[in-house]
Amino acid sequence: MKKTFALAALATLALAGTAEARDQIRIVGSSTVFPFSSAVAEQFGQKTSFPSPVVESTGTGGGMKLFCAGVGTEHPDLTGASRQIKKSEFADCQANGVTDIVQLRIGKDGIAFASSKSGPDLNVTRAQLFLALAKQVPVKGKLVDNPNKNWSDIDRGLPDEEIEVLGPPPTSGTRDAWVELVMTEGCKELDYFKSHSTDVCGAMREDGAFIEAGENDNLIVQKLEANPVAFGIFGFSFLDQNSDKLQGARIEGVAPTFDTITDGSYEASRPLFLYVKKAHVGVIPGISEYLSELTSENALGDYGYLVEKGLIPLPPEDRDTLRAAATALTPFSM
Amino acid sequence: MTERPPALPAGPAGTQTAGAQGKSPALTSRHMSDASRARLKKRYAAEARFRFYGVAAITLALAMLVLLIGSIAWRGAGALVETWVSFDVYVDPAVVSADDPANPQTNYRKLVYEGFYQQFTPALSRSDQRVAGSLISSGADRFLRNMVVSDPALIGTTVRLRTPAGDDIDQMRKGRIDRSLPQAERKITDRQLALYDQLVADGDIGLGFNSVLFTSTDSNEPELAGIFGALIGSLMTLGVCLVCAVPVGVAAAIYLEEFAPKNRITDFIEVNINNLAAVPSIVFGLLGLTVFLQFFGLPRSAPLVGGLVLALMTLPTVIIASRAAIKSVPPSIRDAALGLGASRLQAVFHHVLPLAMPGMLTGSIIGMAHALGETAPLLMVGMVAFITSVPSSLTDAATILPVQIYLWADRPERMFIERTSAAIMVLLLFLVVMNSAAILLRKKFERRW
Repeated sequence: MKKTFALAALATLALAGTAEARDQIRIVGSSTVFPFSSAVAEQFGQKTSFPSPVVESTGTGGGMKLFCAGVGTEHPDLTGASRQIKKSEFADCQANGVTDIVQLRIGKDGIAFASSKSGPDLNVTRAQLFLALAKQVPVKGKLVDNPNKNWSDIDRGLPDEEIEVLGPPPTSGTRDAWVELVMTEGCKELDYFKSHSTDVCGAMREDGAFIEAGENDNLIVQKLEANPVAFGIFGFSFLDQNSDKLQGARIEGVAPTFDTITDGSYEASRPLFLYVKKAHVGVIPGISEYLSELTSENALGDYGYLVEKGLIPLPPEDRDTLRAAATALTPFSM
Repeated sequence: MTERPPALPAGPAGTQTAGAQGKSPALTSRHMSDASRARLKKRYAAEARFRFYGVAAITLALAMLVLLIGSIAWRGAGALVETWVSFDVYVDPAVVSADDPANPQTNYRKLVYEGFYQQFTPALSRSDQRVAGSLISSGADRFLRNMVVSDPALIGTTVRLRTPAGDDIDQMRKGRIDRSLPQAERKITDRQLALYDQLVADGDIGLGFNSVLFTSTDSNEPELAGIFGALIGSLMTLGVCLVCAVPVGVAAAIYLEEFAPKNRITDFIEVNINNLAAVPSIVFGLLGLTVFLQFFGLPRSAPLVGGLVLALMTLPTVIIASRAAIKSVPPSIRDAALGLGASRLQAVFHHVLPLAMPGMLTGSIIGMAHALGETAPLLMVGMVAFITSVPSSLTDAATILPVQIYLWADRPERMFIERTSAAIMVLLLFLVVMNSAAILLRKKFERRW
């Protein structure tokens, strides 16, 4: 009898849940944007009388899929992305009735190529990184499996140490960005690819010199401490937090620092985006207030709390444009 | 081996002859011969070796366990204490309205920092104020707000505020950031150190019990992050799982074991239940996503959906354990009950079930403990999320302990490492309690036949 009652109560609750309109903002998307969107969510919950938004870290691609699934309270309102929305995702959105999407470029993030403080001080070009990490590299006009064992095999000026790099798996946005910003760019600088297709440039080597260390950047940091000759690829905020243990390698002569990423001289940096579903603004309470908190000087200004969390701020004039965009909410098209 | 002593008889026939003659030297010599001793020694050696392997296996397993728990405890123990800063704050009635102290627009932040800067003599320059501000947690205003909201009489008085220190200061206090390194290589500047030392000299900063960890919810600032929200979420999720999985599982087990005819259909069902128990948990998450979220339209991230998914996952475990428990009740109990005129239903519910109960409880508790530690299926139904409010109903957004651990493990701030380990310790504690309960129940009520 008690059990029947409990099950009945459960069923009632379930029905009540579906009938109830959502009063909380729901945010999904990139794990790189997650620390920033959740920091704003926390502040927003503290400062306003709106309930704190729920932020899920689903990855850029997973977030887009949820975001584009449709309009209605069961679908998220905002999604973070560590790259721009793809044409296919945009088309998917349109097909599901999510026609008005607002794109906000909230800041930048750098990708560090770093090693333990006791490791070698490396200064590499993107072409050299490509030669060290690509699955196939051109040797005497032919594409062969990567023969480089030591850094010095690529260039005599580089240290005579084994190539050993820990990096994110293909599902990660950091990996996508690394391939796009470093591998593909590096490969374009080689003579061979001036006359051949660059399609193979994105493939990382699988012979043990590049190790997929999982999505957890903290794990890579710990492994680097244990192995001084190894390098790791991860978000700049992890380098920043572990500045007493790690050093960032210079890429094209520029070390990854707050300033070099801000002014764009450090090449491995990428923009971060937040996409807004315009149809939900005004339906789900608090979206415009959340956006004004996010774009406030207090959050992403030069001394904002997001900057403390590792976000690289936009130049002041871009911040003004961003604020205007967050108020006007002009849908964007591709 | 090959050289047998001449006295040794060839076989049973020989033994018989020896016995018939009334003597047994042949038998003695067979077991006392050198070859026999060698064989015996070899057999003992084999046993000793096997025992050694067993002990070695247990030692290795224990060593791994000690290593695991040791490393977690080593890292997590630090999170039981936190660095606290105490200072006087004047609760200015011009800033805090006596009618509505909880108003979110009230600038408690200003009061906190003004109070904190007064702590230093000589007075701080503007640039030093920035540096000093980083010594206390950026959420210090929440502590003042809570104090004032719970006791509005404090408005207009000066209160002693106790707030966590900033995360880097805490890590340095605990020795996890080396202050002897050159300034460029550590997160803390020399100026911060100087102000910190001033606070230490005045006795305004020190370690204290980390109550934040157990009373607050998730946060982006490690010094403000706690497991309370996740704990409540875990209890709700587990409650739903218990209410759904145990009655259904036990009823299914009773029917299959006591009432169902033995035929191909029940065989087929049995095979499938066993298969379900071995299905990877993420599959149940995908099932939950399509059935509960997309088809029934239940809310995302809700403990209700999480509990239902976990119930699906634990159901096979409960059914299998309950069936085994019912099977172990000897048929004589049923026969005696039926012989005295009880109906089948009475025989089962009055006689078999009470005897099978300890086994069923053990199975259910182990199933629940398994569900408590699960994250993968909940990823799919949106429970892996940053949530700062404590869930108050089964349809509110919530997260659970293992998910909280997973989320913290991914954070860059160093203080989250010990927070993560501390959360793991709490989770392990729950698992130990649940599993000990299972063992105790079994010991207390078990009857052997």
